[in-house]
Amino acid sequence: MPSTQEIAGYAQEIAHKLGIKKFDIYGSTVDETSVQVDQGEPKQVNASSRSGVMVRVWNDEQTLGVTSTSDVDPLGIELALKTAYEASFFGAKENIPDFSPEATIPISHSPTEKATQAPAAKLIETLLAAEKELISAHPAITSVPYNGLAQRDVDRFYVNSEGSVRNESHTLSSIYLSTKTEQEDKKPRSAGAVRISHSLEELDISGCLEEAAKKTISHLNYEKVKTGKYQVVFSGKAFLSLLNAFSNIFNAQDILDKQSLSTPETLGMKIASPLLSVCDDALHPSNVGAETFDDEGTPTRRISIISNGVLTGLIHSAGTAKRLNAQPTGNANIGAKVTVSPHFYHVFSEVQPEQELSIESADNVIYIDQLKAFHAGVKAVQGSFSLPFDGWMIKNGELISVDAATVAGDFLQVLNSIVFVEKEAELTTSGVCPKVWVDALSITGE
Amino acid sequence: MLATSILLTKELPSLIYNPTRDRFDESWEAPLATLLGLGRAAGADFIEFFLERVNYISCLAEDDAITSISPKLSTGAGVRVFRGQSDCYVSTNDLSFSGLKAALEKALSIQGLILPAPNSYVPEINLELLRDYAIKNNKDTWNSQFSSMQEMSEVLLDANAKLKQKANHVQSRRAVYFRDWQEVLVAASDGTFARDIRLTQSVGYNLLCADGANRSSIGKRSGNTGDANFLRNWNYEADSEEVAESAGKMLYADYVESGTYPIIMANAFGGVIFHEACGHLLETTQIERKTTPFIDKKGEKIAHQNLTAWDEGRSQNAFGTIDMDDEGMPTQRTLLIENGILKNFIADRAGSMRTGHPRTGSGRRQGYTYAAASRMRNTYIAPGDYALEDLFNSVDKGIYCKKMGGGSVGATGEFNFGVDEAYLIENGKITKPLKGAVLIGEAKEIMNKISMSSRDLELASGFCGSISGSVYVTVGQPHIKVDSITVGGR
Repeated sequence: MPSTQEIAGYAQEIAHKLGIKKFDIYGSTVDETSVQVDQGEPKQVNASSRSGVMVRVWNDEQTLGVTSTSDVDPLGIELALKTAYEASFFGAKENIPDFSPEATIPISHSPTEKATQAPAAKLIETLLAAEKELISAHPAITSVPYNGLAQRDVDRFYVNSEGSVRNESHTLSSIYLSTKTEQEDKKPRSAGAVRISHSLEELDISGCLEEAAKKTISHLNYEKVKTGKYQVVFSGKAFLSLLNAFSNIFNAQDILDKQSLSTPETLGMKIASPLLSVCDDALHPSNVGAETFDDEGTPTRRISIISNGVLTGLIHSAGTAKRLNAQPTGNANIGAKVTVSPHFYHVFSEVQPEQELSIESADNVIYIDQLKAFHAGVKAVQGSFSLPFDGWMIKNGELISVDAATVAGDFLQVLNSIVFVEKEAELTTSGVCPKVWVDALSITGE
Repeated sequence: MLATSILLTKELPSLIYNPTRDRFDESWEAPLATLLGLGRAAGADFIEFFLERVNYISCLAEDDAITSISPKLSTGAGVRVFRGQSDCYVSTNDLSFSGLKAALEKALSIQGLILPAPNSYVPEINLELLRDYAIKNNKDTWNSQFSSMQEMSEVLLDANAKLKQKANHVQSRRAVYFRDWQEVLVAASDGTFARDIRLTQSVGYNLLCADGANRSSIGKRSGNTGDANFLRNWNYEADSEEVAESAGKMLYADYVESGTYPIIMANAFGGVIFHEACGHLLETTQIERKTTPFIDKKGEKIAHQNLTAWDEGRSQNAFGTIDMDDEGMPTQRTLLIENGILKNFIADRAGSMRTGHPRTGSGRRQGYTYAAASRMRNTYIAPGDYALEDLFNSVDKGIYCKKMGGGSVGATGEFNFGVDEAYLIENGKITKPLKGAVLIGEAKEIMNKISMSSRDLELASGFCGSISGSVYVTVGQPHIKVDSITVGGR
């Protein structure tokens, strides 16, 4: 398997040979091993070593064609360049993507050192031990049907015909554990937890176990909740998943495509409670898989999206930034049509709230730990959602698991109905976010 | 006399294999037979190689411009090694003999096995004569028949122009098309040696309408396998009219009031309810995980007596149709439920080995980076005996779910799916449009509440994401009545 440097090297030679004057290439190689176990036995081990590149070629009319390929030997790259050149005559004629103006500026951040991959046997042994411990945490926990321990080495690069050369590497290790319970005359219940870290050694497996067990036990005794309007407290994970489902609000490409709840004029306007501030922070110290440049070679950075309830910034590619007279933000995903996506959210509050709320003193409040089935229940361009959730009813500070309920609302209304943002942030796979309290949301239960 | 040819491992470095680069044909037999033999000699109980080549292209028209043409070329292979019932899967982009051997070696090492020593004998595996569905069914000519980039651009732009004529309050129009050409080769230590080519295409619309604060978004997709002329024959005149009409009606729809209702689900994509609520739970993957309530119910009544359901890979040109599965087994028609009685599960090789249920030609995967798993193909509820008006006349107050969104089923059998286009039924008549409905239920309960099926079975194409990636499937049903279900709304 050629290295990213080798691929970049011969791609440039081939482009030159084909007479292609303007091109760029984004690519990566990924080495990954993952294991699953089932009732004390290894269930499946997956390992992969794969490379892929996306080539973009501009023809003499300056229209763009792209092709992606996993066939990364010289013959495969040559075919990809030829195909991209052919496609360039049929692509967009307006708003054609160009090189990022920031693709050649120096990046000050030093690359992360790669961790050594543990052998598959070590992964299996670790996961088997975790499964055993979780099953022994409570007699009702009979299995951990969804589980996995994985480690991944990623090398990525970006080169273009104007001399940009970027590459970086990182390693990731992750574990997820999801239980299932069986108790006579009761429905099966499940709960899970996830952890991600730089390496297996640093992975917080005990924290993952503790969270999965604690949550599962808390759901053993459950009640129906009455349908109605409730004050709702979202866990950091739940709030971020909802925010991400409606990220079209601050996604410049979606705005330009009219697939957003915002327009260019929304920038600078109040869209949320003053209690809410949100940044996209690719380089946040807690972001384990931090990338220092995006697929167009633009350096990543911290972007203020919402400040004290006001929409202060959008996430951009080079193309959207140019069209909206802004700076690229390092959020581009390369393709025939460049898309934009966030890296790592940081949600916080900068203003003093009118009221301090806490679960310990709450009553008749719904605490949503995890929202589910987003692809079924979110209408992103309409702004509405209706989602099942895992969570609890808080009665006089006591948590009682909720059986089969959904929460529904309009996301912009949710943002404006925030009544409290707690101080202590929860670290999740998509960002850091404290609990967020929202007034008067529709809950469907009994 | 030896049944198989014998070679020594020390001879391996001197062997020269030159299988064709651009086609999986008989020239791959020798290297794969050698590798399979090596795996068996190392102590593996079963080894399977899956080779894949993909030529994919997608095209997007937004309003009156083509904004994306995106070709994707991909080659790769996966090797699966079983030792007892434990298995591992290693994938690679490198299809050279040394690349495949390295993948095999890694898989063996994960299983605690090592390649035989230099002076060991390696019995090559006797593979069957290449069972070539591409040749048998004349698929090698597809490459020269399907639409060019020029043609797909023209069709999508024309289709989008048609939508502009039909719809009001348009905020954005999108027409999307993709073509996925996939060549696969399966070689396994039980002698399986089979090749196929699949041509899967999809085309459709997404329409977003807005009038002040009112918004509606409606999509419609059609899918096909095996027809190189699919895009040329797309009836976008009819589809644009349907999408525009639905978006217009939903633009001013009220939110559904949450509660428990009887519902009537439209035919075709309404079948997603069966796919999510029951189909997934009949996959042997779920039996292995013990996450299905039907685990020990074969031969027992699990659904209303009026319900019969199939999963099959043979309906002509349907989105989930395959000649062979991704483990080289010919596809089949599998009766899942007959008059409410559970008849069969959906099984791949590993699922069959671990659960004892027979393989059904259902070992499927998104591509070479995934091991095959038991997955649905064309799955549908069989037509019933009722006229459509019988279903409506049986509902005093309920909801007509005309166009379903996506859905999912959880580890405990709870399912959810969204409704893109819904209407209130009052006294057997459709009265007003409703938005924001999500159907929530439990598989075990809902199957006994499907009490009426009309005669108008239709199929619809869809994408199913699960353990072995996203695969093309068909869902289907006639109109059905569910006696009661929880509807999430406002």
